[in-house]
This record gives sequence, structure tokens and C-alpha cells, in this order.
Amino acid sequence: MQDKISGRIYKFGDNVNSDIIIAGRYLIYIDPVKLAEHAFEMLGEGFPAKLRSFDILVAGRNFGCGSAREQASTAIQGLGIKAVVAASFARTFYRNAINDGLPIFECPALYDAVTEGDQISIDLAGGLISHAGKSYDFPRIPESVAKILQLGGLANYLKSTLETGSAPR
Amino acid sequence: MSQTIAEKILAAKAGLDRVTPGQIVDAYPDLVMSHTATWRSVSVMKKIGAKHLYDPNRLAIVLDHISPAKTEKYASDQQTSRNFAREYGIEKFYDVDAGIAHLVLMENGHVKPGDLIVGTDSHCTIYGALGALGSGIGYTEVASVWVTGKLWMKVPTTIKLILNGRFAPGVSAKDLMLHLIGTLGADGCGYKSVEFDGSALPEMSISERMTMANLAMEMGSKCVFIPPDEKTREWLLPRLKDPASYRPVVADQNAVYEQSIEIDLSKLTPMIACPHQVENTKPIAEVMGTRIDQAFLGSCANGKYEDLVVAANILAGRKIDPRVRLIVTPGSKQIMLEAMRSGVLATLIESGALVTNPGCGACAGDGGTMADGEVSLSTANRNFVGRMGSNKSSIYLSSPATLAASALKGVIADPREFF
Repeated sequence: MQDKISGRIYKFGDNVNSDIIIAGRYLIYIDPVKLAEHAFEMLGEGFPAKLRSFDILVAGRNFGCGSAREQASTAIQGLGIKAVVAASFARTFYRNAINDGLPIFECPALYDAVTEGDQISIDLAGGLISHAGKSYDFPRIPESVAKILQLGGLANYLKSTLETGSAPR
Repeated sequence: MSQTIAEKILAAKAGLDRVTPGQIVDAYPDLVMSHTATWRSVSVMKKIGAKHLYDPNRLAIVLDHISPAKTEKYASDQQTSRNFAREYGIEKFYDVDAGIAHLVLMENGHVKPGDLIVGTDSHCTIYGALGALGSGIGYTEVASVWVTGKLWMKVPTTIKLILNGRFAPGVSAKDLMLHLIGTLGADGCGYKSVEFDGSALPEMSISERMTMANLAMEMGSKCVFIPPDEKTREWLLPRLKDPASYRPVVADQNAVYEQSIEIDLSKLTPMIACPHQVENTKPIAEVMGTRIDQAFLGSCANGKYEDLVVAANILAGRKIDPRVRLIVTPGSKQIMLEAMRSGVLATLIESGALVTNPGCGACAGDGGTMADGEVSLSTANRNFVGRMGSNKSSIYLSSPATLAASALKGVIADPREFF
């Protein structure tokens, strides 16, 4: 995982559910490219194509609520999105994103400050998000869990522990 | 120190004496449920080169969404899941005939008080109806628990919901939950454990408790508990392989709750969740008269035997409005058999209902697909845009009683005149 994630943001509201992110009929796929073709298409014309010109999603409260479908985070990655910053996440999406290697940040203060197309920069080591000359801090993911994200997701993490024989107790 | 139910269960499964909210533990679940998503977890196992399961007896696989297979892709994925179950000798494997995973596992005695259960479905919270800690996870994490036996879990704070009084006739557990979701919001219990309590609980049936523990997920709950009591014991003992394994876990008297909320059930009225968020709830008086094209009676929230009986009592000897398609999907094979033997299915069919095979059915987009501009009333737990078909269709959610009354009138209707 990079130390810094920068780019243009697309802004969503509160309670974006995982049915909106990827509809149930596409759960026959697990491939990010395939899933991305249909990501957010429930939002109507222009989706998902227009999201491809953005780098980071910013959302309000409870992003990813509803179904526990892991493909929600996979589909976002397939769009080329590098991170999601939300006021808060639904717990299933939060876990799935970490397990899928999609960096996520809880930062309610940033939400009101940004508008679509703004440039933000996330400093992972410093724990700060910069926007228009201001910085906003976010709670760090616990170290034991951050390891999963650093290795690019749970499958990689598991593979590494199986190879080194360090895991299953 | 006194502990809540969630704290006690997570401590026990992590091999610790006690835990505190915010603490992260490595917990070993008693059961890992995977449904139609099983093939995806199998693909993760292949990808990471894992061959051994931590304990095959802790796996439960139920093929419930899109069953039986509707396309070759579904058929091939189900074949992958079936072959995996055979190869690894998974005894708790239930094929496409069984019904919705949650109901099947509870009916067959695979869920008991104090268990920690994770699975590929957000509505795993339903296991709290029997006093178990159930929580949803993704398919990669399911594969990880298959192989390592454990997962990290954060100990949640707990909210207590105290229920007093009795429902007025025509008002039910579904109305209570829609009221709560509307009041507390879609993230009102985010990351938190919910414990129900109060003088109304001993009267509430296991079926009502399942509806409550299921719907509480729509407030963001991590897990939900109806503390086990005499009713739990009576329902569960004949179903458990080993009745001696029944050991209720309840909260200590001085356990710490983040918040306590009291609800007087006698004050509740029938409630409707309007498109396209479950938290968008309204008392029925504000929505009555809304035209409906389809009525879906089913799902893990309200596809249980008691739910079918409530609807059948209203529909008996009457015909539904000819403009409405009433689709009834019994939650499980056992429920369907019981409804067949008691005559409930005949009553529903005579009133004009289409009865399908057991499973998730239209709630998971399996049949009952909605066209542009159509309106569905559903007893399921979600009304998200496009969940049942076109993104230009709408879904309203209600209790089984409201659904039956509305199917008769062709518009959303108050069920209380039938009680």
C-alpha cells in the first residue's frame, strides 16, 4: 500500500447501500473488471462511466450498508478508485474493504468541506487528509488489522501466513 | 465486572475471562454459514492454496439464493459448492430444496444460546433470536475462518431495547421493528450489539423474535439478542442433537449499556417502509391507498409458518384484487410442509396466491422481477432501489397482515379491520 493517496473526489450522500454499489444480479462475478462494468448502475444514466474519471469516493454516514456482499468493495476497486473516505461505514463494508485491500478512512469533518471534483491527499503515515489548505485527521485502523490492508487484502495475508506457517493455532 | 451477552460470548470464544468494548479479540466461531456465495469462498481457498479446514463440523452450507439454478452459471457455481461439501465431508450441507439458510439452520438445531456464528449474509443477526451472536462477513473472510478457525472481532458496546405492553390486534413484531428503524435510523445501532428486554418478551413467540433479530440489522446492528428463556428452551430442546449442550448465556445484572430505550408496544400502529430506504418509515395512515402491482410474502424476516398463518387468516374465503400478483415463498421446506398439512397453503392458493418453492425467492431477485413503474409490497427486510428488478420500480415493506389486507384491496390497506 502507498504512503500517500491523492486525487479528485466524487461525493455521495448518506446510506449508500451495497445493492446500489453492485446489484444482486451481478454477484455471479467476483472479477473486479466485470463487476465495475455494472457498479452503481442503479443510480441511472451515466453510471458507472462517470465515476472512472475520479480517484477517491467521499461519502456521508453508513456507506456500504445493507447486504454483506463483498463484491461491493471489489466493484469500487474495479472502477480504479484508490480509496473511500466516509463519515462512517457499515461494518460489513468496512471489513470487506479491508479484506479486499481497498483503503478506507472515517473522517466526518471532511464531508461538509468538499465538493465533487475537489483534490484531496491522504497521508497514511501521518493520519491526515489535506484539502484546500486544511488538514483533517482520521482514526487509524488497529495495527493487527492494518497488516491485512498493507498486504493487499485477506487472501494475500492468509497466503503469507500459510507459507510461513505462522498462522493457524 | 458485569458483562453483556455480547461481551460474555466474545470472551468465551476468544478464550478470555472478560473483554471490554473496543477491545479486538481473535474469536473462534462455533459455526460458519455460507449460502449461495459458497463457491466464491471455495475459489479463495484455491487461490491461496489452502487444502485443510480447521474443523469441517463447524461449516454449514445452504444453497438458498437463486434456487434451484436458473442459468448455467448458477448451476455451475452450485455444483462447485456441492462438490466442495462432498469432498470435505460437510455434514451440515443443505441443497436447493431446504430453504433460507438462517431458518434452516435454526430449525435443524445448529444454533443455540451462547454460540458465535458468522456467515456470508448480513442477516446472520437473526441467530440472536435463540441467544447466539450472529454477524455477517464477506466470502473471503469465510474462507479464512474455514482455514484458520478464527477471525478478529471488535467487542461492541450494547444498546438495550426494553419492550413493555402488548401489541394491539393487527400490529406485530414487524411493525415494532419498522418503528424502531425509522426512529433510530439505518445506522442507529451501527457497530453495536442490541439486547432486547422487558415485560413483553416472555409472551413473544420464537417466530416474532426471529423477525426482530433479523430486522435489527437494518439499524446497522453488529449482533442482536433476545435473551434465552423458557420459550427458547422449549423450542430448541427437541431440535438439538445434544440437549445437554443447551446452556443459556444472559447478561449480568449490572452490565453496562450505552443507552436504554423503552417502547410501549400497545401504542404502535401498522408501519410501512417507503421507497428506497428501510428507515423511511411511515404509519400506515399516511400511505394507505397506494396502488400495488405485486405482493411478496416471504423472506427470512417474514416467510415463517406463523407469518403464513396470519396472512391465510385474513385471506380465507376471500379473493385478492385481480390487479395484484400475490407471491408466497415459504421460508423453508419444513415451513412449507407444515403449511401444506394444516391447509394454510390451500387457503392462500384459493385466494389467488402463487406459491413458489422455499428459499429467498423474490427478495433476492429470484422470480417476481418488477418492471418499470411497478410497485411491490413486500414482507422482506429491504426496499433498496432495483432490489427486485427495474430501478424504476418501487418497494414498500410491511407486516404479513398488512400485506394480506393490501393484496385483497389492490392498494396498501390497514389490516386492523380484519382483527
